[in-house]
Amino acid sequence: MISLRRRWLGALLCVGFLLTAWVTGARAQGGGPTDDEVNRIAKGLYCPVCENVPLDVCPTQACIQWRALIHEKLAAGWSEQEIKDYFVDQYGDRVLATPPARGLNWLIYLLPPAAILAGAGVLVGVHRSWRRADSGPPTETVGASQDPYVKRMEAELLARRSGGADAGEEG
Amino acid sequence: MIANLGFLTIALTLLVALYGAVAAAYGAINKRPGLVESARRAMVLTFPLISLAAIAIITLLVSGQYQIGYVASVTSEAMPAYLKVTALWGGQEGSLVFWSWLMAGFATAASLRRWDRDREFLPWVIFVTMVTLAFFLSLVVFFENPFARLWQAADGGQLTAMFQPAGALPLTPADGRGLNPLLRHPGMIIHPPMLYLGFVSFVIPYAFAMAALVTGRSDDRWIRLTRRWTLIAWLFLSLGLILGGRWAYDVLGWGGYWGWDPVEIAAFMPWLTGTAFLHSVMVQEKRGMLKHWNMALIIMTYALVIFGTFLTRSGVLSSVHSFAQSAIGPMFFGFISVTFLVSLALLISRWRSFRGDNELHSFFSRESLFLLNNLLFMGILVVCFWGVIFPLISELVAGQKVTVGPAFYERATGPLWAGLLLLMGIAPLSAYGRSSARNLGRSLWKPAAFSLLVPLAALAAGLRLWSAIAGFWLIGLAVLVTLYEFWRGALARHRLHEESLPKALWNLAGRNRRRYGGYVIHLGVVVMAIGIIGIELFQSETQGTLAQGEQLTLGPYVMTYESLAEFNTPDDRQVARAVVSVYRDGRHVGDLYPRRDYYFLAEQPMTIPGVRSTLEDDFYVLLVGWEPIAAEGATFKVYRNPLVNFVWLGGLVFILGTAVAAWPAADSAAERRRLEASRAAMAGA
Amino acid sequence: MTIHEDLTSGLAHESVPAGVAADGVRSRPAWGTVAIVLGVLALLVIVGLSLIRSQEGPVAVGATAPSFELTTFDGELLTLNQLEGRVVLVNFWASWCLPCEDEAAELEQAYREYGPQGVVFLGVNYVDTEPEAMAYLDKFDITYPNGPDLGTRIAQAFRIRGVPETFVIGRDGMITSVMKGPYPSLAAIEAALQTALTP
Repeated sequence: MISLRRRWLGALLCVGFLLTAWVTGARAQGGGPTDDEVNRIAKGLYCPVCENVPLDVCPTQACIQWRALIHEKLAAGWSEQEIKDYFVDQYGDRVLATPPARGLNWLIYLLPPAAILAGAGVLVGVHRSWRRADSGPPTETVGASQDPYVKRMEAELLARRSGGADAGEEG
Repeated sequence: MIANLGFLTIALTLLVALYGAVAAAYGAINKRPGLVESARRAMVLTFPLISLAAIAIITLLVSGQYQIGYVASVTSEAMPAYLKVTALWGGQEGSLVFWSWLMAGFATAASLRRWDRDREFLPWVIFVTMVTLAFFLSLVVFFENPFARLWQAADGGQLTAMFQPAGALPLTPADGRGLNPLLRHPGMIIHPPMLYLGFVSFVIPYAFAMAALVTGRSDDRWIRLTRRWTLIAWLFLSLGLILGGRWAYDVLGWGGYWGWDPVEIAAFMPWLTGTAFLHSVMVQEKRGMLKHWNMALIIMTYALVIFGTFLTRSGVLSSVHSFAQSAIGPMFFGFISVTFLVSLALLISRWRSFRGDNELHSFFSRESLFLLNNLLFMGILVVCFWGVIFPLISELVAGQKVTVGPAFYERATGPLWAGLLLLMGIAPLSAYGRSSARNLGRSLWKPAAFSLLVPLAALAAGLRLWSAIAGFWLIGLAVLVTLYEFWRGALARHRLHEESLPKALWNLAGRNRRRYGGYVIHLGVVVMAIGIIGIELFQSETQGTLAQGEQLTLGPYVMTYESLAEFNTPDDRQVARAVVSVYRDGRHVGDLYPRRDYYFLAEQPMTIPGVRSTLEDDFYVLLVGWEPIAAEGATFKVYRNPLVNFVWLGGLVFILGTAVAAWPAADSAAERRRLEASRAAMAGA
Repeated sequence: MTIHEDLTSGLAHESVPAGVAADGVRSRPAWGTVAIVLGVLALLVIVGLSLIRSQEGPVAVGATAPSFELTTFDGELLTLNQLEGRVVLVNFWASWCLPCEDEAAELEQAYREYGPQGVVFLGVNYVDTEPEAMAYLDKFDITYPNGPDLGTRIAQAFRIRGVPETFVIGRDGMITSVMKGPYPSLAAIEAALQTALTP
């Protein structure tokens, strides 16, 4: 049998707990999924109606409803993938921010790397055909900078120091 | 009356432009210099004519002539006068006239030079610019007429037409619909003009390139003549893009500045080819190589400029589908196809006479690194273009619409941008001609070693994201190498001419403006890259509904919701403005006023963020919803954007760098004489 | 230039590939360039085709109505084929679409009048959420079958440009009228139905 004192304590604790929950959980959605969690999923989706507007920033009434839908599904325990699949079922593939990798869509992922590789190939080919077999040894130059103006000045400096040339005023 | 005069003026300008094009071509082919001169005068005449038309539109806008369809669609009684003026480019019709005005102006400016050495270019430059102008004017005259009036048709519907249709009555609305609220922001006022300036000025190098192709002038004269144009065009385009980003950040309310929207990409693509072009023409000027490639680049830039012009009509968000579904979409498509194919055909027919002195001695020579630079830019272009076009193809072939979002672009272009950053660190140390890996390595090892301090510092500061560490390291390398170049040059001058270091720096840049101006631009790019890495990789956000007095935490920031006020403003909008106080690490750093404006006429809401900006980060607060004050509270979405202000700073450095690079060398003749003298003196010594 | 000439003259006596002149320069571009030109042409053709396709408006009067399947909110599966020989009115709507509300009551009225005569009314709910859609149907007391357009397949088949849009299909499966936007009045709906009922 629980003593009276304990019962009172228990009741007090319960009330205290409820009070705390009521005061701090002042958000409209109570203890459910946070707006941030909703936004994280919405970031990967696009507004089904407006063109090219991500769902987490779309301000229209319809988008607010869709975010509420995500919130509802999250509260019901759906995973991110399930929610995204639901949206695709309802609204089609274009609601996803990245085209799903199936069918024709492979082309979008394959073509850019293929094109860049092809370009690199062209570059290598160009190098080969534009090189002359008898290219001389690479010029060894003193100093790091290859700026012709700087080289000219350094050559002048060298000439001045070594030859004692009073080569007039430079301009 | 004014509308009729305005329309007549535009129609007249179209005729003059057509005459100019035909006369120039005919005069060139049949060797009639008199006809060419007449064509030149016609070209110069288009500018005052179209200025009159533009003034007519502005007059109609400012005086509120709502019986004109365009005026009713972009102005309203409640708008302030200065905004009514900017409504000139607030809608499709007006922005086409604005574009045409710029084209006429630039064509005239391009013709104001001494043509003695390049007489054969003139008729073809006139031809290309006037054909382009005529295209845009014909769109205005036949499709998107800003002077068309509103009529009430017999069946009750409304239509716009220049002259009274049968059975229709004139219609004068009491008020206009007003400029799209999104466009009423200072950034939006300069962004379209800046972008259009960039677009239109790229037509001039294209015109000269076509002239070179037609006349068979296979040297790089056309490049030298348009050097400054290309640089200025590039600057305007870059600024236009940056301003567009700033506008999106300030007004569109999603905490970012670039969403990889097809409209943004359409304006970005000519920038990519334009930047590649800026670099590869240097190779042609120095070594006579890549003549075909430079032609191809400028042809692509022109085609992309025309494409971008349509898609970016005054910055109102639309998409590639609007290109397809509008009446003038097919016209643009036709014009782009014809000019692109004709230019290509011309290039192929002149292929042989444009052979370059194509010799590449080393993979590590500067020419080779420029080629790599071009490959990377073209790679980014392919990614962007493919991402924009693919949804159209998917719809056509598979019947399935898809959306290509930022993740695709970021992942695909990220490594390419990194490659470009790396090149910015290596290429300045490379040499034209023969240059071995050892040579380059010898120049590179010191800055590279020092640059390793950056990733070490980053790791020490707790940074763990490898992409950010790599990015910062590359930035550090590029900065070090660029500053090193300045240092070496200034030091050499200092020793040689015994100038103080600051004066040496000044004269160094002054003597070799393009190179050192270019380095300053590189520094600007690098500064922007710092900001981009900061916001793209480290942005954090949170959202919550707060009752009055409640707090929200994001990183080191704590934000308290203080109050909300709702009121109406004289320019016809309802404003809900919240006051929030922001604390950082316990200290009060300021109050912000995020607000939600609702424009009655346009029935459009706008979320304006309250932002606290420092160099370290931006604390960005959006009011996303509210209930009457007594009840639930307000919902806030809060972003923390580290380093984002470096993006705007980088833009300022761009301007400085381009000013240095493009500044005319007034004393070039005197300088040449002095160099000759010192060279002779050296030979003698 | 002299060095260049020296070097290439050394090649002259070797076998010169076709299309390359004696001075070692190709007189026509390499196959790579041809490939690029072909690629560009292909791209222009594709973009042009999709442009033409986008310029087509919704399925026009006189065309065969595209076949479709609609699962109503009550779970019933309806297909256009089942309805052969009957006049069908297909109305695209959404709960977030304000103009749709302008015609909702009239559509229900027309249904009550013409339904008994054998005309089928189908409401296709375009890109919407079920709770809001059901609330809309309750608000206007709509009794004819409505269902969500899953994957926007039906909307794409009819190539609608927006909501509301209404298509009336005759007994022979051909479209007899297309209405973009809400019907201005009950009389307009009746007129459209009459055209289909009396060939």
